[in-house]
Amino acid sequence: MEYVIVGNSAAAVGAIEGIRLADDKGSITVVSNEKHHTYSRPLISYLLQGKTDRDLMKYRPDSFYAANGCKTLFGKTVTKLDSAAKTVALDDGSKLAYGKLLIATGSSPFVPPMEGLETVQNRFSFMSLDDADALEKALFPEARVLIVGAGLIGLKCAEGIRARVGTLSVIDLAPRILSSILDVDGAKMVQNHLEEQGIDFTLGVSVKRFTENSAELTNGEQIAFDILVTAVGVRPNVSLVKDAQGAVDRGILVNERMETSLPDVYAAGDCVVSDDISCGTKRILAILPNAYVGGRAAGVAMAGGEPLTVKSMPMNAIGFFGLHVITAGSYEGETYEEKCAGNYKKLFYADDVLKGFILIGDVDKAGIYTSLIREKTPLSGIDFALVCREPSLIAFGRSYRDEKLGGKSHDY
Amino acid sequence: MKRVYVNEQWCLGCHLCEYNCAFANSGKKDMASALMNVKIRPNIRVEEDGKVCYAVSCRHCDEPFCVTNCITGALTRVDGVILINKDKCVGCFTCVLSCPFGCIRPTEQGAMQKCELCTTNGGTPVCVKGCPNNAIVFEER
Repeated sequence: MEYVIVGNSAAAVGAIEGIRLADDKGSITVVSNEKHHTYSRPLISYLLQGKTDRDLMKYRPDSFYAANGCKTLFGKTVTKLDSAAKTVALDDGSKLAYGKLLIATGSSPFVPPMEGLETVQNRFSFMSLDDADALEKALFPEARVLIVGAGLIGLKCAEGIRARVGTLSVIDLAPRILSSILDVDGAKMVQNHLEEQGIDFTLGVSVKRFTENSAELTNGEQIAFDILVTAVGVRPNVSLVKDAQGAVDRGILVNERMETSLPDVYAAGDCVVSDDISCGTKRILAILPNAYVGGRAAGVAMAGGEPLTVKSMPMNAIGFFGLHVITAGSYEGETYEEKCAGNYKKLFYADDVLKGFILIGDVDKAGIYTSLIREKTPLSGIDFALVCREPSLIAFGRSYRDEKLGGKSHDY
Repeated sequence: MKRVYVNEQWCLGCHLCEYNCAFANSGKKDMASALMNVKIRPNIRVEEDGKVCYAVSCRHCDEPFCVTNCITGALTRVDGVILINKDKCVGCFTCVLSCPFGCIRPTEQGAMQKCELCTTNGGTPVCVKGCPNNAIVFEER
């Protein structure tokens, strides 16, 4: 079997490892428009912060491709998918034939049209290692930086460069920061913490007009800057499948085996629409764990192995200047809330299951909550009042602990 | 493979496993300097509520969410043992988000630490060696 993988990030790596679980012989070719060994995208802010380096941020060791028998074509872009001929065309004019194809093209920064944006010289996105390298070259100690977008990417960028620039302003159309993962109270708490680090926020506004070094906001305010980072959002890279008449919605549509509507074409990662098990709806889940797990399931399916179950849901672990935030699932149903100095906890539950949670500050053992959501554990079967106060296995009872900690079914 | 298992009915709640673990992973030669006036960060923890007590440490899951979800590649499964590369780890807490047992925690420096079955401490887990009532065992089950 000839496997071709388009992309070289978490979903691609998952697929390579998945294929090799079931097929140790087939040829694997990895095509990537980036020239780098596989690296972890979320680490680019840590790179600028000096918490990792180009070697340590490699998602897999240097030996990875050789150990898995992969041929790599880096710095090349796949321009067309011909599902009838079972080939992909590359930008160097060559064609690659595939037996099974994985589309792991990820997502790209989305920059909405903004007046005068083209006049800004020092303008950056913050998604790839090349983006980080370009931004780093522009940094200087007195730099005034404006970040448009107070989401995960924009704020991690802010943290990454805070110590290396003069002033840092962040604006967002939403009335609160991290609006995709935090509620009003949680967002306020994190915002206060970021403000203490010298980051200024203007929320509920957008840019009316850019001139070369200045942004005029919709509230009339002017923000002067030397460096502009746009981090408004990302869009799935779906064009290969879409242009080949494959089924695409907001992202590429796949079944539980990660197959697209095109024969022998699979897709995984930021570019696909996932089933969110925490609320039963379909959505784009552009998070690394989802990409890896989906990619691995795709790889196993491509190689004809025993199918893996993919349980996807939103989940984020993110920290800023020592303040940790862990969130997962959907924010619907009744709530349990605790708020005290430096800590915030909110649990969402409905229909006898935990739906989602927000933890800020004390995030110890958060995975016990994640597990409740993932496994849809009936809350009536555990000491839910206790688990609300503290995620602990005490709440699960003796037989659960005997099984999980004692490795036995029930023989005491 | 051999794992650390807990016989809950034998646990005395003495917390010795926590001290032995913290000492073994401290890199120090004597127990006093490793543990005196230090907030210990053991990889095994006793949970108790007055009625029940038991120790919890990494289960070395066959399908480890901490490994599949790790954004850096710092967590790996080698011969069944889940290991953490503290140099690669940036302390993002995705493994804390992922572990169903709450068995991975940050070091004082920020990278994560976890039970590695004392593979770097001589082979037999010290929590097992030091357990006075054989509540913690290292065996195949």
